[in-house]
Amino acid sequence: MKKNNLLRVFTNGILNENPTFRLLLGMCPTLAISTAASSGVGMGLAATFVLVFSNIVISSLRRIIPEKVRIPCFIVVIATFVTIIDLVIKAFLTSLSDTLGIFIPLIVVNCIIFARAEAFAFKNPVLPSAMDGLGMGLGFTCSLTLLSSVREIIGAGTWFGMQVMPQGYEPMAIITKPTGGFITLGLLLLIVNALVKHFQKRRNKKAEEGIA
Amino acid sequence: MQSKLAVSSSPFLRNTAVSTRDLMLDVILALLPTVVASVWFFGAPALALILVSVFFAVLAEWVYKKLLHEKSTISDLSAVVTGLLLAFNLPASAPWWMAAIGSVIAIVLVKQLFGGIGQNFMNPALAARTILMLSWTGLMAANAMPNGGQILGLGKEAADVVTSATPLVNGNYTLWQLMIGDVPGMLGETCKLTLILGGVYLILRQVIDWRVPVSFMATAFVLFWIQTGTIYSVQSGTDNAVYQLFSGGLILGAFFMATDYVTCPVTRRGRVIMGVGCALLLFVIRFYNNGYPEGCSFAILFMNILTPLIDKFTAPRSFGVSKPAAQKSGRKGGAKA
Repeated sequence: MKKNNLLRVFTNGILNENPTFRLLLGMCPTLAISTAASSGVGMGLAATFVLVFSNIVISSLRRIIPEKVRIPCFIVVIATFVTIIDLVIKAFLTSLSDTLGIFIPLIVVNCIIFARAEAFAFKNPVLPSAMDGLGMGLGFTCSLTLLSSVREIIGAGTWFGMQVMPQGYEPMAIITKPTGGFITLGLLLLIVNALVKHFQKRRNKKAEEGIA
Repeated sequence: MQSKLAVSSSPFLRNTAVSTRDLMLDVILALLPTVVASVWFFGAPALALILVSVFFAVLAEWVYKKLLHEKSTISDLSAVVTGLLLAFNLPASAPWWMAAIGSVIAIVLVKQLFGGIGQNFMNPALAARTILMLSWTGLMAANAMPNGGQILGLGKEAADVVTSATPLVNGNYTLWQLMIGDVPGMLGETCKLTLILGGVYLILRQVIDWRVPVSFMATAFVLFWIQTGTIYSVQSGTDNAVYQLFSGGLILGAFFMATDYVTCPVTRRGRVIMGVGCALLLFVIRFYNNGYPEGCSFAILFMNILTPLIDKFTAPRSFGVSKPAAQKSGRKGGAKA
């Protein structure tokens, strides 16, 4: 039973409450860095690291942190892990650090991390909080990878830097520009939510038939 | 669900016999002379682009409605007009797939996703053109030289035809060439004579309001006059008001783009504001921006977005409510709040 619950918390972040496509959180880094698939993955994993560890620390300190000053406390915890990941990326993945630039330090104010600290980690034990962070983080990574792959393939004809479109393909440059970010995100939101609705309907139908 | 409710905004049609289809037929009729002119000057590629663009616009509309299990709206001909206007905004050298992508963007992304005919927040053809422009700037450059009568074998030898910059940059064209469209440019923007003819026809038929094109062109003319200091002289090249007025997409935009029912204000005052605003923005983009030689589409799109605001501030006062009283009570209420 308990294992089942943990699994549900984990998959919740990837599917039902996917931060990008279902909760619409963290739109700023999503739109800004999703121009190439590799930076999408990098950003997603960096945010996942911060999410997991900030959730663990905040959840274990939830009885000590006074309610009134919880936001500053969250910021201190989150900023600690952001600094760690920022320095690690700078040291070992210089090219990624160059493309992501300011958006790594900006994870401090990423609303996904805040939302999970406030809505989940502050109210739940350590293990579920860690799972929630992992699920949300991987959900963010998946959707960022999807969005940035679509944008890179259409807008530049490449995927993770490799040429995937046939010779003679004219890249649709607007898709890698900010305008294209909004257009692609909007269209993907439409597709993802239409699919979710479709499957929910089917599940409900099945459930009804089961009852009958 | 929304499309089940019969809610429409003013102006309510007085004559119920006038349908969308009739209006669109008039617009198509008004555009036909320009189609002929562009095929005359740019030849078979122009005709092919126009056909591809119209075909894909209609196809996109049909497929979208089919997928949504809604009643097909292709018979109201608005998709045909969108396709035509999009083709008019492409250079003759544009590849056919650009016309196809542009049509699909115009119909699906700009029109249908926002609720279909009557709900789009900006002119579909112009928005599609702008997306194409920002995506394939090189391919959208209007550098195909006109070659009058080539489709009938009357044109110059191919070797004599060289590519050239838009008349906005290159001032070596006579006023007559500008008027009949013997200049490089987008398919439908070059022949001013047929555009004005079509525009006047639409105004006489009361399909479009004269206020938008007239205020647009008049404001632009005055601004060009102030900027260049001359009304017209052959020596000054591009630097005179008449040359500026008749080059680029201004005339096409003023008559056929800015007057789009859905994306232009419904009040009379609002329409004048729309025209003046378009002209101001066009002027600023043409003279003070080095990125693009022509800013007509950007100007109109920007005013499209402002249209709800213009409507809000120019809403006529209700019959029976005196203005000062209404204002007073409004202010009082505000102060209390």
